[in-house]
Amino acid sequence: MPRAFTPKVITANALLSGDAVWLTPEGRWSTELSHAELLTDEAQATTKLTAAEARASEVVGVYLADARATANGPAPVHFREAFRARGPSNYPHGKQAEAS
Amino acid sequence: MYQYSDFDSHFVTNRAEEFRAQVARRIDGSLTEDEFKPFRLMNGLYLQLHAYMLRVAIPYGTLNAAQMRQLAMIAERWDKGYGHFTTRQNIQFNWPKLQDVPDMLDALAEVGMHAIQTSGNTVRNVTADHFAGAAADEIADPRPIAELLRQWSTDHPEFQALPRKFKIAVTGSETDRAVTKAHDIGLRMVRNAAGEAGFEVIVGGGLGRTPMIGQVIRPFLPVAELLPYVEAIVSVYNLLGRRDNKYKARIKITVHEHGIARIRELVEARFEALKSRFTGASQQILGQIEAMFAPPHFKQASTAPFDAARQADPLFRSWSDTNLSPHKAEGYAIASISLKKHGATPGDATSAQMRVMADLAEHYGHNELRISHEQNVILPHVHLSDLPEVYAALRAADLATANIGLASDIIACPGMDYCALATARSIPVAQEIAERFAALQLEHDIGALKIKISGCINACGHHHVGHIGILGLDRAGVENYQITLGGDGSETASIGERAGPGFAADAIVPAIERLVLGYLALRQDASETFLQAYHRLGAAPFKAALYPERSA
Repeated sequence: MPRAFTPKVITANALLSGDAVWLTPEGRWSTELSHAELLTDEAQATTKLTAAEARASEVVGVYLADARATANGPAPVHFREAFRARGPSNYPHGKQAEAS
Repeated sequence: MYQYSDFDSHFVTNRAEEFRAQVARRIDGSLTEDEFKPFRLMNGLYLQLHAYMLRVAIPYGTLNAAQMRQLAMIAERWDKGYGHFTTRQNIQFNWPKLQDVPDMLDALAEVGMHAIQTSGNTVRNVTADHFAGAAADEIADPRPIAELLRQWSTDHPEFQALPRKFKIAVTGSETDRAVTKAHDIGLRMVRNAAGEAGFEVIVGGGLGRTPMIGQVIRPFLPVAELLPYVEAIVSVYNLLGRRDNKYKARIKITVHEHGIARIRELVEARFEALKSRFTGASQQILGQIEAMFAPPHFKQASTAPFDAARQADPLFRSWSDTNLSPHKAEGYAIASISLKKHGATPGDATSAQMRVMADLAEHYGHNELRISHEQNVILPHVHLSDLPEVYAALRAADLATANIGLASDIIACPGMDYCALATARSIPVAQEIAERFAALQLEHDIGALKIKISGCINACGHHHVGHIGILGLDRAGVENYQITLGGDGSETASIGERAGPGFAADAIVPAIERLVLGYLALRQDASETFLQAYHRLGAAPFKAALYPERSA
């Protein structure tokens, strides 16, 4: 039996900085996961993924990542995505530094 | 130390220039990522979780002061002011921007360094005993051979598209500080019955998904035959190695599937065919390289200041008991600088710390530094009389932790804090274990203990050969840590055995504490190390300490 589709966000790394980025509902790449568009329809997710993959001058390694809806926008499901959204745990570098 | 020839300088400068053009073409859209990726990997540039990562080779772990200062400058100018020294004697910069990398490569080229073949299916950075040229127990300095291998393998036209990556380690001593048995080729210097120096050639070792201890393919190879013999091994592997399955592509699988006897037969046949093509030019070059590695002029001086400082300062005494190793020259010691301050990231050094180490090397260490596969820095030649000053400078730079070879001297890969391949984090586990043992104030009593942590089965953290190995995995979306026991990376190398079910992130540090306290209760006396006690008693009492609820 095929697995039921779970909500996803489109994510990648920015070409120049290598930073983790997410695709927003406006079609912009944001460095904040919470700004991402949460895709709940599988066909729509696949179409948008294909379109995002074509943006090779902006990003590298586009993929769909599981996410869940919260009051503050999409949040990570898997811990790997949580680290990508936050930055490393040994130094206050990356996004967590930019946020503060 | 080796000095770049005009040819070397030209080669690395040209390569940096070529990469600059490739980056420009990627940015302007003339190259796709698929086209660009092999180019960036050939130049050591990875894309990780949060940023690009540039892996710079430190051939056979040897640096001079100017090179270390340049690494400090690069870290400050194009990264976040620090670098990460790895188990392959490389340094990794975790935050470069794509458009800055060509400038970083130029800066490296200025001091005779590069990032070539630090990735990809090629012969990688050749590693060596970090005490090379200094160790009291050494037959000969292995670095001239390692440099010869670096020159031979760099851009070797036949070996740019091997079935998989290929790692060579060399030691000039029968004591193996270079983990030679866990490399694709391990070269261990030995003497034959006639007293001549040569190499025991080991092939097919490796960690990762399928850990294997290398097997001896030639018990004694004269030094003069080394290059054709290594070429024969890589050439046989290049044809025979599997390309159908990435996980079965390393030479350890080739050796395992065909058997060492068959591989030996093929290699010896290839060696016979190749030998005559090596007409002696490589031996001439080796002679020139050896001259550059001539030992420094060791001074004669009184060691009284060292003895006086040991008497006067218990902290210095503790540091010198733990961090010094015997040197071949009288009155000298090898000083290991721990990059494992309790709670710090194993293997990381700030630009300021790199400069302090460079200054110390210049003033007191015959301008030499080494990076160990255990992620520490070494001043290989320090006169005992200079050690009190060296220690004071290290203390001021937060580099005087007295824990070499102890429980907190942990190897840890970058893990999921940085690495795109990782399945769990390694660094926080290492930090917490070190802090825990610092709080217990037991590690000097515990004695020699190697804890090694990898954040995935690729085993960059060498967990299989840790006395205690920790492997971080993703178990149904949660970090989980598996323990292996009794591994050994020395000349008596063995792969650790899995202890049992894994531990959650909040349970791994207490588990390691139970295990080590269990050892203290089990050992015959303070002279019996963890590994010796494990060999004497077997796994059962250690497992009982790890899993008390099961044995209750």
